[in-house]
Amino acid sequence: MNDVIDEAVFTELQDTAGAEFVLELVGTFLEEAPGLMAELRAARDAAHADNFRRAAHSLKSNSQTFGALRLAAAARALELAGLHPDPATDRQAIVALQAALDEAAAALQELARG
Amino acid sequence: MAETQTSTFSQPARLLVADDNKVNRLLLARSLELQGHHVTLVENGRLALDRLASEPFDLLLLDIEMPELDGFEVLARLKADRALRDLPVIVTSSVEGVANVVRCIELGAEDYLPKPLNAVLLKARLQACLEKKRLRDQQKELVRRFATAEVAQDLQQSGFTLGGKRVQGTVMFSDIRGFTSMVERQSPEETIELLNTYYTLMFEAITGAGGVVNQMVGDGLMAIFGAPLPLPGHSAAAARAALEMLDLVTLYNAERALEDKMPIAIGIGIATGEMVAGYTGTQQRATYTCIGDTVNLAARLEAHTKVMGRAILLDGAARAGLGPDLSPDNMGPVVFKGKREATAVWALGPVPAAAG
Repeated sequence: MNDVIDEAVFTELQDTAGAEFVLELVGTFLEEAPGLMAELRAARDAAHADNFRRAAHSLKSNSQTFGALRLAAAARALELAGLHPDPATDRQAIVALQAALDEAAAALQELARG
Repeated sequence: MAETQTSTFSQPARLLVADDNKVNRLLLARSLELQGHHVTLVENGRLALDRLASEPFDLLLLDIEMPELDGFEVLARLKADRALRDLPVIVTSSVEGVANVVRCIELGAEDYLPKPLNAVLLKARLQACLEKKRLRDQQKELVRRFATAEVAQDLQQSGFTLGGKRVQGTVMFSDIRGFTSMVERQSPEETIELLNTYYTLMFEAITGAGGVVNQMVGDGLMAIFGAPLPLPGHSAAAARAALEMLDLVTLYNAERALEDKMPIAIGIGIATGEMVAGYTGTQQRATYTCIGDTVNLAARLEAHTKVMGRAILLDGAARAGLGPDLSPDNMGPVVFKGKREATAVWALGPVPAAAG
């Protein structure tokens, strides 16, 4: 579980913002994340480089906030690389990203409830 | 934790947060509210500019990656906006690369904080920025209060340099007759109150006619018409101001009579000509002023109002600048102290019934 969530980052977030608030914030993230994934897929289909980068960037930014290391690394790779010349490569990466998101979501909910 | 943060904060600020990501927005708002600030949230650069145009904020926290209008574009537009270019902006972003940070700073951002934000760092940087802004606002307010709108505008446009330039203008000196004996007969509080009312009225008349009060010493004041900004018809403007000053003093005396207080009388000297106008003093402390023969002459004329028993005296050049609506009385030539040649002196305002 350690490389899914950096618990030190998560605990610090709870200390500074309050555990109750962080529980809400995790909820907000889990509501927003499917939309960001959908944007990412749509941008890939439309070959829209700006939207692709922005969606990956948002996922990276949020997962860093919660210390979701593996998810952050996967999103960051897509943000920095941008659209791949071969769409299949990106689609594969998006499937892996979705798996990292699911894994992080479960871990975050568990941690946030304490 | 939350309590200690709130208790160490000095003054709440109005903050605008622009971030397209909901999680970021909520978290940033939470941190800032825990510090005691008032926070407004918007989702993109376009909405941020709209909001800034409609209400005052102390600081903007700006994300870079945003749809509609990104952070770079917002910075560029703020920089080009006269009313908003002094608004401090802290960029908060997880956009990577030193080049992006440099670009933000070059576009005028006060600071750059990488996301995820460290709460302690955010607080420290925010405090520093707000403190700087407070000092800047204070400075602006000081300049506005002590330097007149014209001088403040001149300072903002051309910057501050000691030294003068030759200008054509009109100078006015004014003071309260018998002020010294008045001060001896009344309490200091009464004197301050009298001076404050007097200056309020005189400023009203002078600035209303386009003049700039640049010196106040005791009961005396000096005003300039035609500098630092040129003023067409500066002689007539000064004469109009002088007549208005007499009217206001008459009204003020009526009020004083109701309180059983002595009336006051003023004397005004006005001279037109060339003068050297500019900032004199040191780099640390300077004042905007005018010097030259024209200034000396205006001071002499003001002192001479006592001798002639008329409230307003003008020199020939000032009189020549008046319109047909004003017809001063010819008081004949006077040789003033320090002058080799006689000056033609003209008087405006009511003629006293008896000499004295």
